Amino acid sequence: MRFERRLDQPRWLIFAVPIGSIAVAFVLMAIVLVLTGHAPGPTFRRLLDSAFFANGALTATFVSSTPILFTGLAAAAAFRMQLYNIGGEGQFYLGAVAAVGLALYLGDRGLDSTPVYIVAMALVGAVAGAAWAAIPALLRAFAHTNEIITSLMLNYVAGLLLTYLIIDSHSYWRDLESFEGQTFPLGKTIPEQANWPSASLDAFGGVLLPLGFGVGIALAAVMWIVYSRTRFGFEIQVIGDSPRSARFAGMRLRRKILAVMCISGAIAGLGGASYEGDFAFQIDPTGLQTSFYGYTGIVVAALARYNPLAVVPVAFLLGGLLSAGYTLQGADFPSGLVGVMQGLILFCALAGEVLVRYRLRIGRRAPRGVEAQAETAS
Amino acid sequence: MTAQVVASGINDSFVVIIVASAVLYGTPLLFAALGELLAERSGVLNLGVEGMMLVGAVMGFWAVQRLDAAGGVSLAGALVVAAVAGAAMALIHAFLVVTLRANQIVSGLALTIFAGAAGLSSYLGNDLNLSGSPADHAFSGLDVASLGDVPVLGPILFDQSALVYLSWALVVGIGLYLARTRPGLNLRAVGESPASADAMGIGVTAYRYAHTLAGGALAGIGGACFSLQITPQWVGGLTGGAGWIAVALVIFAFWRPDLCLVGAYLFGAFSALPSTLQARGWLGGIPSEVFSSLPYVMTVVVLVAVSSGAAKRRLGAPAALGIPYVREER
Repeated sequence: MRFERRLDQPRWLIFAVPIGSIAVAFVLMAIVLVLTGHAPGPTFRRLLDSAFFANGALTATFVSSTPILFTGLAAAAAFRMQLYNIGGEGQFYLGAVAAVGLALYLGDRGLDSTPVYIVAMALVGAVAGAAWAAIPALLRAFAHTNEIITSLMLNYVAGLLLTYLIIDSHSYWRDLESFEGQTFPLGKTIPEQANWPSASLDAFGGVLLPLGFGVGIALAAVMWIVYSRTRFGFEIQVIGDSPRSARFAGMRLRRKILAVMCISGAIAGLGGASYEGDFAFQIDPTGLQTSFYGYTGIVVAALARYNPLAVVPVAFLLGGLLSAGYTLQGADFPSGLVGVMQGLILFCALAGEVLVRYRLRIGRRAPRGVEAQAETAS
Repeated sequence: MTAQVVASGINDSFVVIIVASAVLYGTPLLFAALGELLAERSGVLNLGVEGMMLVGAVMGFWAVQRLDAAGGVSLAGALVVAAVAGAAMALIHAFLVVTLRANQIVSGLALTIFAGAAGLSSYLGNDLNLSGSPADHAFSGLDVASLGDVPVLGPILFDQSALVYLSWALVVGIGLYLARTRPGLNLRAVGESPASADAMGIGVTAYRYAHTLAGGALAGIGGACFSLQITPQWVGGLTGGAGWIAVALVIFAFWRPDLCLVGAYLFGAFSALPSTLQARGWLGGIPSEVFSSLPYVMTVVVLVAVSSGAAKRRLGAPAALGIPYVREER
């Protein structure tokens, strides 16, 4: 088996590889299921059914797709420049905390206008996410510190902050008044006017499309324009492909690192705000920390090959998988299966990437002389 | 008689307890960091340490519950199982990055997602029904030559578990291997300049596979330190980021095994601090989360300190780290 570098990449491969990756991942998954004593056929049927076809399945899928649409866009924004922001998880938490905090505050001041709530929550969420991302960005830009590890470490710190706010203190975010809140630690619920609306798609049997998903699609379109049609996007591409050429061309590396990392963090933070406004309405430290939306975003972005437009359908598909995972969780469908599936899809996508870059030749072609000798010998 | 009474007084003091628990909590970090060091010295960056540790932890724990043998045999068997499980995870990474030349960073992240807290380790833990019960056997202090009660040094040096002594042997062994043996020299050549190593007739692919797998095996054992000694039971995601701290440790240690030991115990101390302070009621009104975040915050701080100074001199980092070797394109 040998690899030969392709001189040009056929267009059909760009679509065939992701689809093929998912197909191969399903085959590998079937092997894992068989090895652990589960029947793959019924498991997959139930998985697809509760992801997309059952009653109310699509509404539930949008609930899981929306956060990972944002974290996927956040990862794509940074990974495109080979800037590995894996702090999407923590930036998402910070966005959620800031958005809930502001919504609670505005509620206490008696604000009544839903659009004002939405804009305020989105803005403050984005700012909080960007601020949290600015830490690894500054360290990377000015101290050459590996952003992978610093951004990841800050995820754990952000998780501890959630625990502190709700479980270990009497903070502004904690519900101390209601009966449930006095029995066990609980986040305060934001006012009803601060709930983000959702559109009912009657053509699809009344599926609820949350506002956040719409915002995410718009954001993906804007990102696509910025990354493929502007000077800023071009420079990011060059820096990603060859930092040396970028430096020689006079591009400002530090500024780009700061800008891209903060944009990435802002998108993740906005995702946190949307998560609270659309679905959660309060800070739930365990729920947030066991959902792994930030890490799933990396899978989404990689599978979409960091193309913002492709992030939308990928987030929808993986959202279906996540949502089916929650619905089916139990003895026949142990938790963790969804993560295994995501990992397998990502492995296959990585392997598929090789087929885009290289042509695979099976069988070793022996040099002419050797063949001739072999023939005379026989 | 009186000597012993005095000794137990000193041995219960805060400093001795912190140092002894720094060794306890530092040991998984040390195993994982040594493993990552071997992989990185061959030029393979493996960010899947956290995932490999968790799979090692869950499989090691499963082995101890299943093996019907005396404590010592069962624990030794569990370490082997944990090492094999970790190496199996590393094999996926090695295949993707060495044979298929995939992006090492993304592949390592994929491995952590695949195997980590929300993936295979949690699946295995649930499917094998492992949570909720304590380990049938756990590693505990060996009290070497009954020196465990010696003042100060006793609890720190002589009353540690077999895992700790194994890790010390590994530090020495890997140090000698890298500096004094032919395969160690070859390994360094592969990590610094695979093209020259290839020209010398060293099998770059074989070295990279072997050391990535060895790294996975050590990460698996590191994970088993949690489920068989520190906790000692199976809890999903019990490593809590230790794998990532281990990746950072290799950087602070300038890719040297002896410095890995120092770094691991430093971070072990940070990890031991919150529970030790809490046990004594010494938190002083400061939220315990502040102490729990110390290992993570200190990782960032130390990384900044090391990278700003060392970036100019490029101390220790293998030159070919993270770069796939393609003979046709050298």
